[in-house]
Amino acid sequence: MNNLNNERKNQLENTAKAVRRHIVNMVTDAKSGHPGGSLSAVEVMTALYFEVMDVDVKQPQKEIRDRFVLSKGHATPVLYGVLAEKGYFPKEELTSFRKVNTLLQGHPDMKEIPGVDMSSGSLGQGLSVANGMALAQKLNNTGKKVYTLLGDGEIQEGQIWEAAMTAAHYKLDNLVAFLDFNGLQIDGDIDNVMSPTPLKEKWEAFNWHVQEIDGHCFEEIFAAIEKANETKGKPSIIIAKTVKGKGVSFMENNAGWHGSAPSEEQRQQALKELE
Amino acid sequence: MTKEMATREAYGNALVQLGEKNEDIVVLDADLSKSTKTAGFGEKFPNRFFNIGIAEADLVGTAAGLAAAGKIPFASTFAIFATGRAYDQVRNSVCYPRLNVKLAATHAGITVGEDGATHQALEDIALMRAIPNMTVVVPADGIEAQQVIEAAVEYDGPMYIRLGRSKVPMVNDESYKFELGKGVVLKEGSDVTIVAAGVMVNEAIKAAEALKADGIDAEVINIHTVKPLDKELLISSVAKTKAVVTAEEHNIMGGLGSAVCEVLSQNQPVPVEMVGVNDTFGESGTPQALLEKYGLTAEAIAEKVHKAVKRK
Repeated sequence: MNNLNNERKNQLENTAKAVRRHIVNMVTDAKSGHPGGSLSAVEVMTALYFEVMDVDVKQPQKEIRDRFVLSKGHATPVLYGVLAEKGYFPKEELTSFRKVNTLLQGHPDMKEIPGVDMSSGSLGQGLSVANGMALAQKLNNTGKKVYTLLGDGEIQEGQIWEAAMTAAHYKLDNLVAFLDFNGLQIDGDIDNVMSPTPLKEKWEAFNWHVQEIDGHCFEEIFAAIEKANETKGKPSIIIAKTVKGKGVSFMENNAGWHGSAPSEEQRQQALKELE
Repeated sequence: MTKEMATREAYGNALVQLGEKNEDIVVLDADLSKSTKTAGFGEKFPNRFFNIGIAEADLVGTAAGLAAAGKIPFASTFAIFATGRAYDQVRNSVCYPRLNVKLAATHAGITVGEDGATHQALEDIALMRAIPNMTVVVPADGIEAQQVIEAAVEYDGPMYIRLGRSKVPMVNDESYKFELGKGVVLKEGSDVTIVAAGVMVNEAIKAAEALKADGIDAEVINIHTVKPLDKELLISSVAKTKAVVTAEEHNIMGGLGSAVCEVLSQNQPVPVEMVGVNDTFGESGTPQALLEKYGLTAEAIAEKVHKAVKRK
């Protein structure tokens, strides 16, 4: 992970681009879904599944493994895109996203979808679940980690702060949370809807190890995870500054693309930009 | 075994016993461990006991994560908080993924007493049984509660276990064998079926005794598992008696009475009368005074039996 040579970096960037194309295609085919907050999390998710996490595509349920909880459950397109690229299920399956009788539910369903470690969708619940998994990993001395991805709007839910207390209280240093800080939520700018700032200070006050990074930069993501893993006695949060809709010019920094689907024309334009 | 015991006491004892045998059992509480009786487990197995503090949503979510990673968590708090405050977590983080979480809810019903309406869970059965994948069990006494906890460890899936604060008389003896989903005929009869759960089972037995003097031969069923309900037993009993009275320490809306009506209206329609709290909030008072004021007594059951029999 330390030595991200140019070749590996190129591979990861290509994977990230493929995932972005999946996101655009899935949401367009389904005529619904959440492209903005999926595109913002592409590098973090790609880094986790293609470089960081100890998981086995052939045995998704292997007992001793790293686990991931998509707390911002609406970002399914990025999760499914990454899981399909990784090989948990055929990429063709992505066209069935959000359609009746499909595997790929609008929000993640751990009972049906290979590679999904937790069902989620009702915001604010994932960090508690990740804590529970981290406690179990500690009890079993697996030495494995739990990763979770939170939305910046999501942390307006009070349960997040209950869970933040619990993780620090139980010294869950095998837990790494990413905060996808793209600054926009459904009703607009997060600072206008309900400001969560100062963020770093809040998490530090809750006794977490806090880092702030560029969430689109693989080197910074890997360095932050390494530092998180070196931190003992505290849970870690990595505040990843991102761009909502990243990679598709007309979606970038536009709250309107939180939960709407591109037209056929817009799909073509987006795919051209993501070649 | 003493003649009286609160079901929460039996829960606490069972946890300690079972925790010895099964290392996967973990217990969570929300700052009520002395009241929910999980403190004993905490003392014995401190590394498998997690006090989450006064944070019920986080309590349930943490339990879900422990279950997802292979543990058998018992998440314990008062019934009103377990079901009402953490409803969304129970629904989405536990029941939708069908995780092996046992929601052990103490201080259910009006017999929590003096704390009054805010602490009296009278709609918890309605909330829990409306969620797919949830099993709902209401033990009648200490002996049954002990066995319910044993069964909960064996059963793989979400379970809501409704426990009480007050001591209740034993209606079962040491030879009792609890079976999840199977109702128990405590007294056979031919004129009416009294279906009861929890503290009302004892009242149902007393009512049946009193009804003998009126020439009414009542069948009494302890239907400890409210979901899935023992349809076969219910239908076969009613085929014989042709009338039903339900008795529960719960709002008459959405609880045991409603569950019984759902089955009978579709399979064996007969007159049904319900004993329960009549769609109102409770108030402060001793458990006994409240049971009497809100009509949760053997006398009230007997009265409804007369009504039901007349409607045949």
